[in-house]
Formats: sequence, structure tokens, C-alpha cells
Amino acid sequence: MSEHEHRTPVVFSTAHENDPHMQPAANNPDGMERRIALLFVVAFLLIVAFGYCYWVNAKAWTLGATMGGALFLLGVGLVAWGKYLMPKGPFVEERHDFASSDEEREAFAATIVERGGGVVKRRPVLGGLLGAGLGAFSIAALFPLLGSLGPRPKDTLDKTDWKAGDYLVDITGRRYNVNDMAIGSILTVFPEGKNDDPQAQNQDQVVLIRISDSDFTTQKGRENWGPSGYVAYSKLCTHLGCPVGLYEKKLQMLVCPCHQSMFDVRNGAIPNFGPAPRPLPQLPLKLDANGYILARDGFNQPVGPGYWERK
Amino acid sequence: MSDVAINTKREKKAQLGRYGKVGHVLNEMDDRLGVAKGGKTFMDKIFPDHWSFMLGEIALYSFVILMLTGIFLTLYYVPSQAVVLYKGSYLPLHGLHVTEAYASSINLTFAVRGGLLMRQMHHWACDIFVGSIVVHMCRVFFTGAFRKPRELNWSIGLTLLTLAIVNGFLGYSLPDDLVSGTGIRIAYSIILSIPVVGTHVAFWLFGGNFPGTVIISRFYILHVLIIPLVILGLVGGHLGLLVRQKHTQFKGEGRTEKNVVGSPMFPIFMAKTTGFLLLVGGVTALLGAFAQINPIWQFGPYDPEKISYAVQPDWYMGFLDGALRIFPAWSFHSFGYTIPLEVTIPAVVFPGIVFTLGYLWPTLERKYTKDNELHNLLDFPRDRPKRTAAGAGILSMLFMLFIASSTDVIANFMHISLNEVLLIMRVLVIISPFVGYIVTYYICKELQGVDGASQRKTPNIVTRTATGEYVAVAAPKNVNDQHVELEAVPVPNYVTSDEVVEATTSGVRTVER
Ligand code: HEM
Ligand code: FES
Repeated sequence: MSEHEHRTPVVFSTAHENDPHMQPAANNPDGMERRIALLFVVAFLLIVAFGYCYWVNAKAWTLGATMGGALFLLGVGLVAWGKYLMPKGPFVEERHDFASSDEEREAFAATIVERGGGVVKRRPVLGGLLGAGLGAFSIAALFPLLGSLGPRPKDTLDKTDWKAGDYLVDITGRRYNVNDMAIGSILTVFPEGKNDDPQAQNQDQVVLIRISDSDFTTQKGRENWGPSGYVAYSKLCTHLGCPVGLYEKKLQMLVCPCHQSMFDVRNGAIPNFGPAPRPLPQLPLKLDANGYILARDGFNQPVGPGYWERK
Repeated sequence: MSDVAINTKREKKAQLGRYGKVGHVLNEMDDRLGVAKGGKTFMDKIFPDHWSFMLGEIALYSFVILMLTGIFLTLYYVPSQAVVLYKGSYLPLHGLHVTEAYASSINLTFAVRGGLLMRQMHHWACDIFVGSIVVHMCRVFFTGAFRKPRELNWSIGLTLLTLAIVNGFLGYSLPDDLVSGTGIRIAYSIILSIPVVGTHVAFWLFGGNFPGTVIISRFYILHVLIIPLVILGLVGGHLGLLVRQKHTQFKGEGRTEKNVVGSPMFPIFMAKTTGFLLLVGGVTALLGAFAQINPIWQFGPYDPEKISYAVQPDWYMGFLDGALRIFPAWSFHSFGYTIPLEVTIPAVVFPGIVFTLGYLWPTLERKYTKDNELHNLLDFPRDRPKRTAAGAGILSMLFMLFIASSTDVIANFMHISLNEVLLIMRVLVIISPFVGYIVTYYICKELQGVDGASQRKTPNIVTRTATGEYVAVAAPKNVNDQHVELEAVPVPNYVTSDEVVEATTSGVRTVER
């Protein structure tokens, strides 16, 4: 008796005749097989092409096209094989309740509550001490972990490096003279000596704008902050700290490209559109004897976005 | 010697038993691990045939693609903020001082064979991953698959969504280009905005004030190791629960709370699902080949005082960006402390509420409907108009916020002022949940009355007779999405000889040595 005779295959039809979606495959499974075979052959050729493209270091898109095409065709073929040419159910599986019998539940709960609870109840002091020890350990372990991650903020967020007498320099370290900028031009500046430091580049960045050719007062109380029409504002948006990089000359507005807050350059950089809640702090300026621009003083308030400890 | 030696192939085969080498290996495994019984049950596990059950698979397979392409990227990417002089093969950046992270990303793109493709595939796979999770979640929500006993799997799923979004953001940040660097800056400021602890958390995470020198390497280890491991574990738990609790299914002939109707794991589901893995891989590779994504060489390196115009995050962050844009400038300041409500509410409180509502939903619904039964049969969305309407309301609002993340683009494109766009978007965001709710509610009510609403229309069947005449036969008008008039049968044993049936039912089996 050959082993084949042992097998009594259950006869299942593949695609079902009375499911309209299966019609073509049901009537002509061999045709479906040929189509799938064609997909696999093309996929194989694409994989060979992929190998070739990789070998000769062809353009990136050829790698993706050959590999993607091959995977895609293999996928389509395999799905079609599963859908049309494999035994079609529907098949069913029973589902059993998870819930155990009442006695089993009872016994389980009793084990946990009475056995476990009993142990703890008999030695409450031990339980309490163990809890306290583990609790203290986790809190104690937390401190070095968090503490070593980073310093405490203290007042670092409130401060910049700007102080009275700092020359304004661009990113290359060049100072600027009163005659260097035309009216309507804008420049990003840093305190001299800090222009190379990424940390300062973030916190200290200032926009210097020339808005007229005579001294300019942007607000009451800032009478001598804008010599020869030069005004300077912190470049950190008071919304979320994006650099306020766009200058709308016509409207005399500084615009933040992140969420479109607009700050009125002529009027103390008060925001008149968008989500920024505060004006950009203004840096008071003066000129030295040779006409170079320097800071009359540091900022009188924190720059950038808001935070809990901000006064 | 000759009496024990096995000489012919035929004899060798006979020695191995009816199922040849494979059977032999399986038996050896069973001797050691007892895999036969569970293995058979697993191979017989039934998967419903409805298309919507495939959405979770897309998520799973895009995660596989993410891991494979991601491993490739780790071989070349350098997670360091040390500044180097760029002198690689991309000429426009020559002579620039950039971080090693950026330089290695550019190098990976242009100098590593297949590097650009892998980078783009990785990014596309991420967008597909998050997208398919969201759509998968919608199917689970609108069909009520989250109800008892599957609440835990719903929570695992939501956690997976959160982790997918977070990891997407971290990965997006790694190249340290101008656009992603701006994203990190915004994330830093959002953390700062948390009352009381915000500044401390931000300093811990960044090792000090922004930008610091450690954030790229910290993001890196989170992105390539810690979060993927957690995702992997949770996906394991998610699928483990799925196997234990078995699939849900739609109502229909022969389908009850006590069974599952569909195709068995082996070979039908396995063929289709492997095909799906290949399809997802293929589509991702084609997108990577033909659709440019995140061209970091055009953005340039991150520089804290530079910014590029029209910066937009990846799509799944859009709703947050939109919320930040349209929320009014309401900073709260008092007693020497500041709560930047203009940031805290849209970027911390709002997403917190949405996700908390998500976690609580199964419980809330159980309380509200007083329905504490086990559910294995799914709802048609129209049959639960309130749930469906609530889901649609929330989705409408999130979608409007997503649109609001391009206020500037809309204003430019439609030639209206930014101010008007802002006002319109505020109104739309506020009314959209209500409009979404009401419209959906009435559509559901309407659909409940429509004949054959849950069923597919089927095409007519056209045949050509021998004489060349075409005859169109109207197919039965609507079919249920199951095989009509077919009776579900248990997965048959391929072999039904008495011997085997006996062996499996009695559980007694002789092992031939
Ligand atoms: C990493 C992301 C995810 C992966 C890889 C994934 C994968 C899967 C897969 C393959 C299934 C079985 C097939 C299916 O029903 O589609 C499934 C079922 C399920 N998923 Fe997910 N999923 C993910 C995220 C989610 C999310 C975000 C939710 C909801 C918040 C969720 C909730 C569920 C539930 C409740 C089930 C059981 C549904 C049923 O039996 O009908 N999953 N998941
Ligand atoms: S960061 Fe400037 S408007 Fe948001």
C-alpha cells in the first residue's frame, strides 16, 4: 500500500461559485494560477534588476523602484493565491467562556486574600517596615537619577549675557558702525565674544533694525534707547521661542514664521497679532565715540517664552 | 550489520513515518516542548475575513519595515552635537560648520549606497505606521470592539499610538536640520510651560537650557532602543490578548457570540498576511523611490538664530501646531508666577484631555449604558448613533485643528488676510465637534431605515452564449459581507483516517524511537 492511499483528502472547493466576488477564479482556477505565476516571474526579474542596480550603484530611485516593484508583485500574488486558490471556508471556531466555575473563583480569591492577607496581618510591623524601606529606597534612588540628568534652572532662564557696554556683533564677530546699515535693513547680533557660542546664540540673539535716520523712541520711558534710528529687540519669540526672523518693512512688523505672531517694531514690539502674549524685550543702545553700536544696558526683563518662575 | 542498516531512500522515508522529515522534526519538538496540541490550535485559529481587520496588520508591518530600515540607518548615523567642518560629497554645504549628527545624515543620504532610499522608506513607514494605527483605532472604536472583555487591549492600543507619535517626533529630530531643530525648540518651550515642574523637567531632559549638548544623544537612545523595545513588548501583549480573547466579528448568518467565522491561520491567513507584509514593504519602497520626503540637505543645518518659512511638522503633530496657532494670547501672571496659558492649554491640557477621554471611554460607556455583558459581535456604526456621532465629533475637531496648522498657507493661497483665516479657523474648531455630532447622528438614524445598508451591491454577471449572445443575469442584489448560503464548518483535518482521529481525541500517542 503506498502512503498516498492513507490520505483521504477532505474535498474542498477553492473559490466559491456562488460568491460573485470569486467568479473569475471559481470558473477558471488554472487561469488564476497562470496570472499569479506571471506576477512571481516579473517579481523575480525585478529582484535581479535590483541586484544589478545596486552593483553598479545606480540612482536611488532605481533601487526603490525595482525592490518596491518586486515586493509589491510578490505581495499581490501571495494575497491572490490565498484568496482564490486556497480552501475557501467559511470555517468556524468555537469560543469558550473565560469565567471559571464559582468554586474555582472562590478558591482563588481565598488564596490571595486569606493566605496572603493572613501572613501580613499576623506581622503588621514587618509589612509596614518593608513598605517604608522600599518606598524610601525608590525616592532616594530618584534623586541622584534626576539630579544628574541636568542642573537646576535657578534663574538661568531669566538672564542673558547682555550687559552695559557690550558691542553688538554679527555671527562673524564684526562690530557695526552707525553708518553701516541703510534704513529698513535688519541684522541678527550677539554680545561681542559670544557670537561663537551656540548656547549664547540661542539665548542672546537680538535683531537690530534701522527704522529711521534720527533717534527713535519706541515707547515712553525708552527715550534714548534708539540712537540714530537703530532699535534692537530680543529675537526669541515670546510664544515658543522661535527666532522672529521675518521683517515686514511695509507694516513695520517683525513676524514669527512659526505661528505668525506679529510685533510692532515702532511701538515697543507689542504683539498685535497671533498667540505671542508679550512684547519682545527691547535692548537699549548707544553709540561710542567712533559711532559703533553698543548696549546701553542689559535686558530689563526675561527673554523668550513663558514659564512658571518667570516674574 | 546489514539487518539494521537502512539502505534505500524508500526505507529511510518509511522510517521517518508518514509525514517525512517535517513530521519527524515536529515530533522531536513535541517530545521536548509539547507543541503539538497548542500548535494545532494555533494553526486552526480563525481570522475574520472582513477587510477592516487588516488595518492593524498594516500597522504591524509598517513597524517591521521601521525596524529593518532603522537598523540600516543606525550603522551610519552619528548621534553627536560636536561641530565639524563639512567636506563630504554634497557640494552646496561645503565649508559649513555643522553638527556630526547633521553631517552623518547628509553622508548617509548621498555617500552610502541605498542610503537615501532607506532614509525615505524609514520616514514614509513612520507616517504609514501612525496613520494605520489611527485608522485601526477608528475601526475598533466605531464597531465597539473595545467593549468588555477587550478594554485592556484598547488601553494598550492607545499607549501604542502615543508611543508611535512620540517616537516619530524623536526620530524626526535626529538629523539636526533647521526644520527639526525648530521643532525641538518648540517642544522645549512646551515643556517649560507646564506649571510648577516645567522648567525642572526641561532642564533634566535637555541637561540644561536649550539647546545644550546632550539632547541629540538622549533622543537617539530613546528613539532606537528604549521606545521601540516598549512598543515591541506592548505589541506582543496586544497580539497575545488577541489570541487569548479571539477576534470579534460582525453580526451575520451563522455568527454568534460563541464562535468565530473566517479563515484559518494556516495556510490561508498566513498566505494573505505574508502577502500583506510584502505589499506594505513594496508600497513603502515605491514611495521611498518616487516621493521625496524630508529633504534635509535643502533645509540646511540647525542654527538657533535661523528659521525657515512655512515650517510644518509631520502630519500627526499637525493638530498640536494648529491648536497653538489659533489659541488666543492668554498668559496668566500673578503672585510672581506665570502660567503661559497660551501654550499650556493647547499643547498640554488639550491633548491630555483627548487621550484621557480615550483611556476612559470603555469605562464611561459601560457606566452610561449600564451594559456589563461580554461582547464578541461587533456593532454596525449606525446602530450606535451616539457613540458614532461622538467619535465623529472628536475626529472633526482634530481634523480642523490639523487644517489650522497651515493658516499662513491658506491665507496666501486664498488671498485672504491672516486675520480672517484665524477667525474662521477658531469658529470652525469650536463648532466642528457639534456639527460633526449632529450630522453623524442623523445620518446614522437615516441609515438604520435603509434597506440593505450594511450590505454590498453586487455586479450583474454577464455571460456569452455559444451563439455569441451576451446575457446579463442580475446577481442577488445585496450580499451580506459573508459567504451567502454557505454553512461554516470547523477547520477540517486534512487527513481523516480513523487512526489519527483516535490519536488526537484520546491524547495517547506512542512515540517511535
Ligand atoms: C503599534 C500599533 C498597533 C499594532 C501593530 C496593532 C496591531 C493589531 C492587530 C494585527 C490586530 C488584529 C487585527 C485587527 O483587528 O486589525 C489588533 C487588534 C486590536 N487592536 Fe491594535 N494595533 C495597534 C494599535 C492599536 C490602537 C491604537 C488601538 C486602539 C486604541 C488598538 C486596539 C485594538 C483592539 C481593541 C484590538 C482587538 C480588536 C478585535 O479583536 O476586534 N490597537 N491590533
Ligand atoms: S513661536 Fe513665535 S508665534 Fe509661536
